[in-house]
Amino acid sequence: MSDAVIETDGLTKSYDGLTAVDGLDLTVTEGEVFGVLGPNGSGKTTTILMLLGLTEPTSGTARVLGLDPARRPLDVKARVGYLPEQVGFYEDLTARENLAYIARLNGIPRRDADARIDDALDRIGLSEAADREVKGFSRGMRQRLGLAEILVKRPDVVILDEPTLGLDPQAAIDLLETIRGLKDEGITIMLASHLLYQVQAICDRVGLFHRGEVVLEGTVTDLARNILGGAYRISLEAEGPDLSDALRSIDGVLGVERTDDGRYVLESEHDLRAQVAEQAVEAGGRLHGLGISEPSLDEVYAEYFRKEKEGASHGRSDAD
Amino acid sequence: MAEATPTDAQPRRAGGRQGSPWTGFRAIFAKELADHLSSTRMLILVLLIGVTSIGTAYMVVSTISTGDSGDPLLYLKLLTESSGRIPAFIGFMGFLIPLVAIALGFDSVNGEFNGRTLSRVLAQPIYRDAVLFGKFLAGLFTLALVLAAIWLLVMGLAIYRLGVPPAGEVVARGLLYLVAAVAYGGVWLALSMVFSIVFRQPATAALAAIAVWLFFTVFWGMLIGLIADAAVQGSVARAELSLSLSRISPNTLYSESVIALLNPDVRALGIVQPSMQQFQQLQRADMQSTLSVGQSLILIWPQLTAMIAAMLLLFAVGYVRFQRQEIRA
Repeated sequence: MSDAVIETDGLTKSYDGLTAVDGLDLTVTEGEVFGVLGPNGSGKTTTILMLLGLTEPTSGTARVLGLDPARRPLDVKARVGYLPEQVGFYEDLTARENLAYIARLNGIPRRDADARIDDALDRIGLSEAADREVKGFSRGMRQRLGLAEILVKRPDVVILDEPTLGLDPQAAIDLLETIRGLKDEGITIMLASHLLYQVQAICDRVGLFHRGEVVLEGTVTDLARNILGGAYRISLEAEGPDLSDALRSIDGVLGVERTDDGRYVLESEHDLRAQVAEQAVEAGGRLHGLGISEPSLDEVYAEYFRKEKEGASHGRSDAD
Repeated sequence: MAEATPTDAQPRRAGGRQGSPWTGFRAIFAKELADHLSSTRMLILVLLIGVTSIGTAYMVVSTISTGDSGDPLLYLKLLTESSGRIPAFIGFMGFLIPLVAIALGFDSVNGEFNGRTLSRVLAQPIYRDAVLFGKFLAGLFTLALVLAAIWLLVMGLAIYRLGVPPAGEVVARGLLYLVAAVAYGGVWLALSMVFSIVFRQPATAALAAIAVWLFFTVFWGMLIGLIADAAVQGSVARAELSLSLSRISPNTLYSESVIALLNPDVRALGIVQPSMQQFQQLQRADMQSTLSVGQSLILIWPQLTAMIAAMLLLFAVGYVRFQRQEIRA
């Protein structure tokens, strides 16, 4: 694929017999936001480190912007911005000095760097704190400063490792907004997180990591269709006779459940709200509310691991 | 990054990594240097050294200014002579240089690791080599700067008090002393950097480095006596073995270098046997009462190279460990 920005082929990393990443095949195309999901210890960070050439793969290859990070780490790192999981800065230096150091490491000429730093600090809203020591910065400010560093670098690809972890909701929203801004500039973004709601809000495609492998990959809707069966959930509040059978007869409805509080929850392949309303009224129900929710990644995640667990216990009983 | 594991399922392509290991070196060197020079830790140590060395020199100046000021090597006495209860300048330095060097290095790598700045720095287009080179050379440069400043202060004080300019030879010997002192400090700097790579906690690294220093300063001398007594018979053999063993300690290498460099009367280091060697020396002594700078340098050449070799060896150990380290927290 010509527009693949990140491509891995059988990428594997083992530490003393423990396989952290196992035969990973992953493709991230230009301009997309790819979410890397997975529980802690599923190989997300190890994968990122291999993509940056900071850890050598045990076997397999990785290509970032067409370059092998194990052989040409400098070229890769010059064009990839990385925000580590827990970003640290030199506490005794000011925000501006911290950024200036990174600019120097990137070989950005001084005059150029000053303008870029001002611009970046302005964009993430840290202009007022620019000449304060990082010592007094909150976690949110540090995280934003980490993004400012990426803005100074002006990379083609950005890799973010748990960028919103430990942030208060407003800080997380602001940060995601800035990340979305990067996307609008055509920068390819890889975002590792286990905060699914945020991943869902921002990512075009996601890959679910489990024990060093990508077990699921695709858009959130695709994953929901695969794992949950339906991709849409329609909830209906209505008084009157039991509508379950009537609703089930609608073309495209995959299942109907009744919740304890009397609501109906339908799973469907499409947005069938109009048909549902029609059918409910026809069947003699009085409609109080009708809503649709796209399946959340939380559900996909929970469902996948539930099935996985079941599969594992089945496998065990088969073996007996 | 050099450690391609042999378990690779896939054959490695020809050619290693590309790009210069020195990329970014200047930025790191400049930052480390600025950190060292502006840190409170360094300020305290420099004040400590400054006060003690100037104090010593002052005492010596007051005792010798009344004596002969025509001695061409008078200025060297400033550094080597001890006046009464206060030890000599070089003795103080032998004690304080390791302290400064350890202070410069013990948290250089693990500090960045714990501050979580290392992964961010290494994600920039530089190799780890540049980080380590930059840190080590900045430390060594700081050390050289501090020692040179103090040396100049002492010399200045002496010129002011004695009123005669130092001879060229004295200046040359003084500068060579600085080189030896920096090499000595470099050994301790490299050692403390190795510990800062090996140990995750800066406090552990500092304690380990100080433990090694204490071992060589206090206990090595005692151990040598015991080993020599147990190992060989005869006083000459014992003395020879003791000397060889004591030269494992950088402290001995430093003091031997310093004695020979700052004292032109010293014509041989260690025990002198009644042999052809001494006969020749006696002959030479007839011709010329003191050694020239060049000859003194030749005399301590093994000591100087041993210190530099120890420094490089320790640096190499740290380098290999650092390259293999996983940088993830």
